[in-house]
Parts: sequence; C-alpha cells; structure tokens
Amino acid sequence: MSAARDIILDLKGLTVDFLSEEEPVRAVDSVSFQVRRGETLVILGESGSGKSVSTGTIMGLIDCPPGDIVAGTCSFDGMDLMCLDAEMRRDLNGRRIAMIFQDPLAYLNPVYTVGRQIAEVFESHGDAGEGSVRERVVKLLERVGIPDARKRADFYPHQFSGGQRQRVMIAMAIALKPDILIADEPTTALDVSVQAQILDLLRDLQRETGMAIIMITHDLEVAAAMADRVIVMNAGKIVEAGKAENVFQEPKHPYTRRLIEAVPHSRPAVERRRSAIQGEPLLRVKHLSKHYLLKAGFFAEKREFRAVDDVNFTLRRGETLGIVGESGSGKSSIARMLLRLNEPTAGKAFFAGEDIFKLEGPALGRFRRRVQMVFQDPFGSMNPRMDVRTIISEPWAIHPDILPRAQWAGRVVELLELVGLKPDHANRYPHQFSGGQRQRIAIARALASDPEMIVCDEAVSALDVSIQMQVVELLADLQRRLGLAYIFITHDLPIVRHFADRILVMKQGRVVEENETEALFASPQHEYTQALLQSVPRPKWLRGDAALQSTSEGAIQQG
Amino acid sequence: MLSYLGRRSFHSLVSVLGLLTLVFFLTRLTGDPSALYLPLDSSIEARTAFARLNGLDQPIYWQFLQYLKDLLDLDFGQSLRQNRSAMEVALEAFPQTLKLAFVAMTLSTLLAVLVGSLAAARPGSRFDRIASIVSLGGASAPDFWIAIVGILIFAVGFELLPTSGTGGFAYWVMPVFVLMLRPFGLLVQVVRGTMLSALASPYIRTAHAKGMARRKIIFGHALRNSLLPVITVAGDLATGLINGAVVVETIFGWPGIGKLMIDSIIQRDFAVVQSTILVTAIAIFVLNIAIDLLYAALDPRIRY
Repeated sequence: MSAARDIILDLKGLTVDFLSEEEPVRAVDSVSFQVRRGETLVILGESGSGKSVSTGTIMGLIDCPPGDIVAGTCSFDGMDLMCLDAEMRRDLNGRRIAMIFQDPLAYLNPVYTVGRQIAEVFESHGDAGEGSVRERVVKLLERVGIPDARKRADFYPHQFSGGQRQRVMIAMAIALKPDILIADEPTTALDVSVQAQILDLLRDLQRETGMAIIMITHDLEVAAAMADRVIVMNAGKIVEAGKAENVFQEPKHPYTRRLIEAVPHSRPAVERRRSAIQGEPLLRVKHLSKHYLLKAGFFAEKREFRAVDDVNFTLRRGETLGIVGESGSGKSSIARMLLRLNEPTAGKAFFAGEDIFKLEGPALGRFRRRVQMVFQDPFGSMNPRMDVRTIISEPWAIHPDILPRAQWAGRVVELLELVGLKPDHANRYPHQFSGGQRQRIAIARALASDPEMIVCDEAVSALDVSIQMQVVELLADLQRRLGLAYIFITHDLPIVRHFADRILVMKQGRVVEENETEALFASPQHEYTQALLQSVPRPKWLRGDAALQSTSEGAIQQG
Repeated sequence: MLSYLGRRSFHSLVSVLGLLTLVFFLTRLTGDPSALYLPLDSSIEARTAFARLNGLDQPIYWQFLQYLKDLLDLDFGQSLRQNRSAMEVALEAFPQTLKLAFVAMTLSTLLAVLVGSLAAARPGSRFDRIASIVSLGGASAPDFWIAIVGILIFAVGFELLPTSGTGGFAYWVMPVFVLMLRPFGLLVQVVRGTMLSALASPYIRTAHAKGMARRKIIFGHALRNSLLPVITVAGDLATGLINGAVVVETIFGWPGIGKLMIDSIIQRDFAVVQSTILVTAIAIFVLNIAIDLLYAALDPRIRY
C-alpha cells in the first residue's frame, strides 16, 4: 500500500483569526499536518495554543464571525472541507468525522436520555443498518462498557458518573464507525484511574475499527500514552512535530523541552522534607467524621452517607501534607470542616492547642485569620468587580487590627512582589490576568492576614503544566521564607510527589494509607494506593502495541 | 412527590387564610352597605333591620369569626346585590375569565416561542431586529389605550367588530389581542435571551458534531432547554390574567371575574368580593403547582 493512499486528512497552511474590538487575534498560524488511517496523532499544547481551534475547523464548529479562516485547505478523502455547503458538512459530521469533548456533562443535553442522544446519530444520517435503532444503541453502550446497558439507555446524563458520561460520548462518536475521531482533552476532567480506562477503551476501539484519532491534550503523560505522532503547538504555531518517541525523548525545540522538564516527577525536592517533619505540631485532627443523611423517597428509610469517616492526622509547622484521592473521596469535605465552613458530625481538631470546632465569636475570627484557603478556580473565587488592591486588602477591612489603613497600599505592593507580580497590577481586575497570575493573586490574598496554615484545594489543577510548576515553586518558596504549613489537596500524583512531605491517601471518606512521600511512592502498602500509582499512563512506545502494528491492521480493515 | 404536594398545599392554605383575613377587614373599610342598598330616606329602623339581617350589627371581630365558621361549612355568604349565593356568582363569572386567559396565554406563548426562537437563530438579522422592536412595543404599550383606540377604529370607525360583550368569534378578537400584547412582548424577549445562551452551550456543539439538521438542533435541543425560564415568566403572566384582566374586562364589558370584583367592590357586596378573591387565590395556587410539576416533567434533574 502506498503512503499517499493512507493519508485520510491533509491540512495545509491553516490560519484562523478571531475578530475583536481592536485588531484580529491570530489563533492559528499556518498550521499543516497529515493524519494517516488508523494512527493516533496527538496535538500537544497549553491553553490558548490554538489546538482546539485547529480541530474545530476540521469539524466546521468555529463560528464565523467572530472566527475568520484567513487561509488554508483541508482535504479529507479527496474532499475540500473548507468549501462544503451546510448539507454536505452535516452529512460528514458524525458519520465520517466524529468528536468527543472535555466535559461530557456539559456536552450532553441534560433533558434527553442518553439512549435518545445516541439514536440521533443514526436518525440524522438516515442509516438503516441491521436491527432496530434501539438495539444498536444498547449494543454500543455495552461496547463502551456501560453495565446494564438496556436499562441505562433510558437514564439521563446526570445519572451517570463522569467516566461513564465520557463513555456515552464515545458511544455516540463511534456509532457510525467514523474514519477520524477527534478527542479534545477527553480525560482532563477525570480521575487518574478512570482516565486510564478511557484511554484503554479508545485504543481498543481504534484497533477494532481502524479509525484515526486526533487527540488534543495538554497532559504529557496522556500524550505519550496515546501518540504515534505528536505535534507540539505554542501560540498558534506548530513548534515541533514527529514520531512520539523522538519528540518525547529528544525534544528539539526549547518550548518542548520546557514542557517536558515541567513534568514534576523528574526532580523531587528531597532536602526540604527532613526539616519539616521534625517541626512542632500545629494541627491535630482526631476522629473527624462528616455524615450526610440521604432521603431516597417518601417512605424509603434514610441512608447515611459517610463523606468523611474517622480521619486522624497531624500537621507540623512548616510542613506540607498532601491529601490524595479521587473525586468523592472526602478530601474537600475535610478542608471545608477545618476552615469551619461546614460543621463536622463528630471529631475534634486542635489548631495550636485550641479545638477549632468549639471556637465562637472573636476567637473564631482570630482563628480564621491564621488559616487561609486557596481554591481550584481563582476566577470563581474573586469578585470580578473588585480590583486586585481591593481583593488583597479585604482581610484588613474585615480585621481592622491587622494593619492601619495608611499602610495598606505599601503592603499590597509587598505582597504582589512576594508572589511574583508587579506593583502596578494592583489597579487591574481579575479578568485581565491569566489563570496562573490569578492563582498568584489568590495566594497574595491568603497571605494578607499572615496565616500559619494554608489549605490548597486543587489549587494548581486548573493550570497548564508549566504554570503548575511555577505556582508550586512559589508555594514552596513562601513556605521556606514564612514557615507556612500547607494542606495540599489534589488528585494529581506527580505534583503531590514533588511538593508534599507526607501524604494521606483517601478512599470513600477513609484514610487508607499515610506515609512520608518517598516511602509511599517507593513501597505503597494499601492495594488502593498501588492501583492509584499504577494508573499513571505509560508511554505507548514502551508498551509494545505501537504505531505500525495498529496502522497496518487499520488499513487492512478499511481496505 | 406526595410530601411535596402536601407541603405546598399547607403553605398555600396559610397564605389563603391570611389573604381572606386582610380582604375581610379591608372591604369593611369601604363603608356601610346599607347606605347603598336602602333608599336615601329610609328610617333608622329599616337600616337596623337591614344590618341585623345581614349580620352587620355585630362587632367586627364577631363578624369575622362568624365568617370563618361559615367557611368551614362551605357557606360563602349571600350576595347583597343579586340576592343569591355569593360563590355561585363568582363561579359563574370565573369560567369567562379562564377562557379568555387561556386563549390569550396559549396564543401569545406559542407565537412568542416561534418568533423568539427564529430571532435567536439569526441574531442581528432583519427578522431579529423587527422582532425586538415589535416585542418591546407590545410589552410597553398601555393596554387600556390600545383597547380604547381599537374600539374607536375597528368598532366605531369600520364597524368590523363589536364594541363589547360576549358572543361569537368577533367578540373575542379585540379582548384577546389586547391581552396578548404584554405576554407576547415579554415572552419574545425571554425566549430570545434563553435561546441565545442555549444555542451557545456545549451540547449544541455536540449536536453539530453529530451532523444533526439545524432545524432539529434549534427546536429539538436548544428550545427544550430554554423552556424552563419561559415557563416561569409565562406562569407569572398567566397569574396576572387569571387574577382578573380587570381593565380589559371592564373596557370590553366581558362578564369575567375581574369585572365582577370591581363591580362588587364599588357596590360593597362584601360576600362576593371575598368569594372572588377565594376563587382566584385557589386558581393561582393550582396554577403554581402545575408549573412546578411542569418543571419536573421538562427537566429530569428536578425532583420533588
């Protein structure tokens, strides 16, 4: 077979602008790539690199205006995708090119059953295959691993877990066995173990149907696990392209090298740990529990749900305690109780000797000053109508004895410099900053009341990899200078390995394992910890089911 | 579900009782009915006899307790004006209002959903701009003025339509049109707004990626999700209409509950005022429950 016949998609010189009030913003700049039948092409880049816009153009999903396709051709199996009329485009979408997205809950219509939404693919393309539509829907759901598919086809999206919703999206996408599946950050919102399952499913389906996959991701491990070939994009341009193995092991472009170096596990910060573990205890948590009563129906008996179940730990001054677990494991519930945002069902927590849960009035106010929180979404946790100066000085307005008003301006500048921002940023508003900068502002705000402990709830999870490391470095630096203690809640194992001194592993409200970081990673004791560590994806070229094999299989099936 | 209905009914019962109390005392502030119903020169004895006959000679708190006791027996009092059961009078007028409100609300909602959806499908188009102007005009035009000008032109000028009263199709045209203006105008704006945000939502991208037809995406996926806020506003407007389209009914001489309410207040027919309030309050309560149930039917995420 000739290489030319293998090429299913050929994108040449794609340039896309977005019209704005001032001059147009170039989102994609002369991007060209080819996709071969049955292969996986990964487009790697951080937010704003133009990766989603490129693939959106292939599907005709870019709204014009504000989008403006300035130049470029895209040939798919002999057709030029740039000059399709609406009906040809509609016919192609879903049948020959399909797409799955990052957040399946938002991308599924909440008011229709998943069965109906999958059936729409068949109905839209007038596909009269074998068997009734209903049967085919059930088969698809079974294929993507939805248990009890016949019944669950009549469920609504909100009745599925995050991973199952992504499976439903995949079922919808593969319904008509497309030639190309575009996967836009398909596992970003999922827990690691679920991520591994979804990636496995995609690889299996690719082997079965011989479809090509274009996968967009910012996650280097996911990219390595999936890619036959990789394109690295930055600021709308392709900076590096090649076979996955080559790009990851011998990156040529400085940007690619920076990205790969930013992955945390390459350099654990060992020296910092010794000193921290010997510090005096700051927080002692004893038998902490939070139970909720669930009412299933009018006559049904109330069920108890244990969000947090008998948790014990100690945090020392200057120490970082990582709390690791998948969504629903109770990590955030602990954080909310320690900040007195929620009341516990049982248990005690002593902060510098005082029981947190007994504090009232002024004593509670003093405690709140000593303990601060940094949230996952810095944009959501800041009032968009306040400028940075007002945001940072708010604690002083609430606790007037911290700092006389005359010194506010000077202290805001100090804090901004401490977190690596510029003094003139004080006059700007949250929307004028990037995600990483906003998280720095959130940290500055947390520091404003001179806390002794900061609870970081997924504080870097929403940031790009390279930015994640910068923020973690900032937190570490502040810890050295100010002697802060952190409770660092995350689902991201490499980050916590890099940053935490000790780690609690949580599952379904309980602590299943606690150990010093290196010891935990070196010899995980509990089977859940072992499973968690193993679910970090491994590079495709090390697994042996690599590119050529699946490409040729795919070609045979297609041919 | 059952517990939800029970809870809602109990809350409504409390507010209806409060409302009846308020209405009972307020109507009695309007003056003494005997001044209206007896001849100007009637004797003190005749007035006392009238008062005793209608229980108006008792202290006001006693009258109120008597009223509550009668309510428990489902006795809603006598109409002074028509000399028959007040509830009978109210229930005779109410269907007229219901019919009018139903026709006006159904037509304006359907029309608004269509116009609003099409406007949102092509924002900024000529159709969208015209729809915006017309709906804004409809929402802001004073209905009494439109009604009077309508009578002047179509009834008096061209003699095409009757000025007032009830009867065949021609009698419905102007009252329904005038009643539709405001709901139509407001609903077009609401539908357009919610449709615009629904059309920008991720699941619409999915529908495009599936290769669905545009018409099905707009009316199948986007509209269905936009209906909840539309129903909230439509329900609120319908409440206003059931409550007696007082102005429109009065202008067009429509024998509905709004007109009855005004007439009874003017004529100090206390028992009828109280009965009309009770009937409309119950109707509004039923309507609100129906809207809540409709929510749950339209959005599978809502459960009571």
